[in-house]
Amino acid sequence: MSENREILRLENLTIGYKNKNSVKEVAKGINARLLKGELTCLIGPNGVGKSTLMRTICAFQQRLGGNVFIEDKELDFYSDSELAKKIGVVLTQRPQIQNMSVQELVALGRSPYTGFWGTLTKSDKEIVDNSLSIIGIECLKERMIQTLSDGERQKVMIAKAIAQQTPIICLDEPTAFLDFPSKIETMQMLQRLCKEQSKTVFLSSHDLELALQLSDKIWLMQHSGLTIGTPQEVAASGALSTFIEREGITFDKELLRVKICK
Amino acid sequence: MFKNSGKLIFVAILILALLVANLLLGSVKIPAADVLSILFGDRSNEIFSNIILKSRLPQALVAIVAGAGLAVSGLQMQTVFRNPLAGPSVLGISNGASLGVAIIVLMSGSLAGISLSRMGYVGDAAISVAAIVGSLAVMALILFVAKKVKGNVTLLIIGVMIGYLVTAIVGVLKFFSPEEDVKAFVVWGLGSFARVSGDRMMLFCTMMLALLPLSFLLIKSLNLMLLGDDYARNLGLKVSKSRSLIILNSGVLVAIVTAYCGPIMFIGLAVPHLCRALFKTSDHRTLIPGTILTGAALALLCSLVARMPGFEGALPVNSVTALIGAPVIASVIFKKRREDVRE
Repeated sequence: MSENREILRLENLTIGYKNKNSVKEVAKGINARLLKGELTCLIGPNGVGKSTLMRTICAFQQRLGGNVFIEDKELDFYSDSELAKKIGVVLTQRPQIQNMSVQELVALGRSPYTGFWGTLTKSDKEIVDNSLSIIGIECLKERMIQTLSDGERQKVMIAKAIAQQTPIICLDEPTAFLDFPSKIETMQMLQRLCKEQSKTVFLSSHDLELALQLSDKIWLMQHSGLTIGTPQEVAASGALSTFIEREGITFDKELLRVKICK
Repeated sequence: MFKNSGKLIFVAILILALLVANLLLGSVKIPAADVLSILFGDRSNEIFSNIILKSRLPQALVAIVAGAGLAVSGLQMQTVFRNPLAGPSVLGISNGASLGVAIIVLMSGSLAGISLSRMGYVGDAAISVAAIVGSLAVMALILFVAKKVKGNVTLLIIGVMIGYLVTAIVGVLKFFSPEEDVKAFVVWGLGSFARVSGDRMMLFCTMMLALLPLSFLLIKSLNLMLLGDDYARNLGLKVSKSRSLIILNSGVLVAIVTAYCGPIMFIGLAVPHLCRALFKTSDHRTLIPGTILTGAALALLCSLVARMPGFEGALPVNSVTALIGAPVIASVIFKKRREDVRE
């Protein structure tokens, strides 16, 4: 059963940067997979290569070794437009666009499906409207992007990814600029997406406790390697404790809570 | 789309009105009835028909296509560089064309002993090619730098530096060149819609009418690029290929206009902003036709103002475009500053 649910697989993947003179390996020997309908959270210290991993999976940068399979097909065998129908991304950087309405931006998510001029068909428009209502931002439809708050803008970008109708949605620190209630709201919404739309959601985050409470799977990336499992499994393995604990800070494996000793 | 087609039609009507004004007004008073009969083939008054057919009409047509070309090119650059201050003259693209023309006009005189200014068609073609090569070279340089450094200010500074560098090189070239060629170059450098007439005008207009529709082919790419490279790539756009195509399209448009009319300032920079304010959208399906029409209208207006009775054709068109363009740029910077503060 669980084999059929696999949608993305990393095999002995090496990630990093390459230029003419040097190769900088960030992490290697990564073996992991994402399952359909699951919320997977990538956590780990700054600079360990979370973004690099994310960018490699989204094909924004070349991998240095190993392989990425999406639905059992190698990443390299996907054309740009095919890949655009498999993975939708939401990035940390907020696009600085003036004079574009929320509806127009979400409609750009239909680009992989629209023709040469990018004209929307009736069904494209329905999908856009539907994406807005899934996220619950129909009321923002006519608003201009520059007038939105950070949280609203993030939701719009998620709606764009939904309009893209990809089985996988990758989000790079989607909660980074949000206030605390918005963080929780966004995470809950992503969890709903997994359950109700059977999307596979893969996101990186620094909001540890939130990730542990709401994720199906945790990928804990550390310099020593990648620990994968349900939040309880990762906690029980002790990897979370090595990540978090230092003088005055302890991690409660049972309650999945960080404790600060005063 | 629909809410803006009314405005597009309005601008189109404005172009017609300005075209008529361009034909009617000038230092020589020609009655409207005579203008009409000349346009319908009446050649009885030779002086009047010469003025209309060999001066005012070609000048107006050149202004229309040149304005349209510069404006579209400015829009494309602003989108590709994601920089509201990008434009042919600011980024040094026109300077690149100047350098190309300076090298070919001035060097051919001093090295080969040929004066291009007296060579007609061959000289013409040589100047066009030189302008295209020069502007594309600068575009390539800007593109290269844009990939290396982040930040719009750096890019603008580099554009300004290229401008200084070109001025310096041109100065050196001038020093070694015969006076006749220097004069030809200086006159070219003033910028004017009035210099091209007859067959050359036909050639220029034909080339531009062939190139302008090409910009429509890049509409979807331009819209995706608004989101930034990564989002665009994720939506299936071949980013570097599209970027090169857009820059090539925009560079060739500027180059050809600059080759025939000399460097025309500010239209490329100001028109996209006017259009965004007028149409209130970032959608290039509206903005591309919008800038083409508004660019044509603005160039006609500038050309008209430059020829107003009293100036007797002595006012360089660049002075007029600057009078309109500079306030637009100032307002953009002012607006941007306010937004930065707010965020």
